[in-house]
Amino acid sequence: MSANSLLEARAIDAFYGASHVLRGVDFRVGRGETVSLLGRNGMGKTTLLRTLMGLVPARGGEIRFDGDDIKGRRPSAVARAGVGFVPEGRGIFPNLSVEENLIFAEREGPGGRRDWTREAIYQLFPRLLERRANWGNQLSGGEQQMLTIGRALMSNPTLLMVDEATEGLAPMVREDIWRTLRLIAERGVAIVVVDKNLDDLKKLCRRHVILVKGEVVFDGPTGELAARDDFVRSQLGL
Amino acid sequence: MSLILVQILNGLQYGLLLFLAASGLTLVFGILGVINLAHGSFYMIGAYMALTLTSYTGDIFLALAAGIPLAFLIGMAIEWLFVRHLYKRDHLQQVLLTFALILVFNEAQQSIWGNYPKSIPMPSYLSSSISLTPELGYSVYRLALMAICVGLALLMMFVIQKTRVGRLIRAAESNPEMVEALGFDSRVLFRVVFAAGAALAAAAGMLAAPVESAYPGIGERVLIISFVVVVIGGIGSIRGAFLGSLLIGLADAFGKVFVPKFSSVLIYALMALVLVLRPNGLFGRS
Repeated sequence: MSANSLLEARAIDAFYGASHVLRGVDFRVGRGETVSLLGRNGMGKTTLLRTLMGLVPARGGEIRFDGDDIKGRRPSAVARAGVGFVPEGRGIFPNLSVEENLIFAEREGPGGRRDWTREAIYQLFPRLLERRANWGNQLSGGEQQMLTIGRALMSNPTLLMVDEATEGLAPMVREDIWRTLRLIAERGVAIVVVDKNLDDLKKLCRRHVILVKGEVVFDGPTGELAARDDFVRSQLGL
Repeated sequence: MSLILVQILNGLQYGLLLFLAASGLTLVFGILGVINLAHGSFYMIGAYMALTLTSYTGDIFLALAAGIPLAFLIGMAIEWLFVRHLYKRDHLQQVLLTFALILVFNEAQQSIWGNYPKSIPMPSYLSSSISLTPELGYSVYRLALMAICVGLALLMMFVIQKTRVGRLIRAAESNPEMVEALGFDSRVLFRVVFAAGAALAAAAGMLAAPVESAYPGIGERVLIISFVVVVIGGIGSIRGAFLGSLLIGLADAFGKVFVPKFSSVLIYALMALVLVLRPNGLFGRS
């Protein structure tokens, strides 16, 4: 594992029942780096995030986070090591208020960092402050997404994994989410993001990984992604 | 008029006891995803613990103070030994194992306490009646029992609504995977929830013991009605369990007096009506 690596997964295999979803995947994220994970539906992007998080068991290979072997650890241990997770479908707690959703995840990050407090989250998403007493299920889709990102930040992670955060949102709300992710990245949090909006991903991320049928077919910087436009578009079905 | 008042009180008393028993069942089902057929056994264990502990302490409330922590520990042990292996298994396996636990608990009960019903003495200071109307007296113990049940129900609601543990329970009820992904070890939470459910059911059994005595099969009777409460209230909903318990308590009490031939059918008819109007129960989520 190189000194600058925050997360390094090597030769990861994962299965859903008998279905072999990830096939020898290598995946690396540097400290403070922003990486996009691209691919058509069903290619293994969400499974890779869930495997890194410990929600899907990894078979074979190794996963190291901040120098520690985290393969086989419980998701709670991975989260406590400094990984924040924004799942597909948001996963807010509908029977907790906005404030309770945030308090729920409130924790010091690795090294005792407390960069993200409730006040900081409310500054980032003023809409959540207005809705702080509302139940999770009373929020709009955009507000729920803001809450999910804010909640993940409350644990002061060094790596934030974001799965389809802008899916199904209005263009203006989507732009808000992208702007916020760029702000979070500027504050030094490494980000892995799965999304379908290639142009926005190019603005946010310095490196891009394309998965096809559970295998990495491309791993390179934004310049290389742009240079191989035909290949990229054919792999993504654009 | 007096008859109606008595039946209201009887119905509330039965409903409140049922709530203590059913709240654990609904939490275990809603959060852990386990159909625990052995839940009624904790009620039975409570009733027999009341018998034994009262014989040592001489007072049902001292027995209760010792019995609730004891039942909590028994619940933790059962979760650790058996139930935790069921979380990722299908309902059939859950039903098979927890049914086996019923058989084990029943055998143990018969070996330790025998086959005959045992009465548990009421505390002498609560054995009298008070006059509610000139022609109507009502047992002081039953009123105290209701007050304790209300106290425990309020305590449970306070814990669930206002404390960190309560937030965890509510969050786990809606999305246990996300609770884990936010850094909370769900194994600990699940063990505490299961043990708390066992302790509440045992508390109900202990409190009811001086009124209805301890007898073989008492757990199964409570289990079936508790499942009806869970279905009426909605799986995982404490509010639903509370309302469902009171509805069943009142329906049972009035049914026995006004439609005795159909009283045993009445609560199931009530359940069917709720299912027709609200298929997920009164407070259940689809």
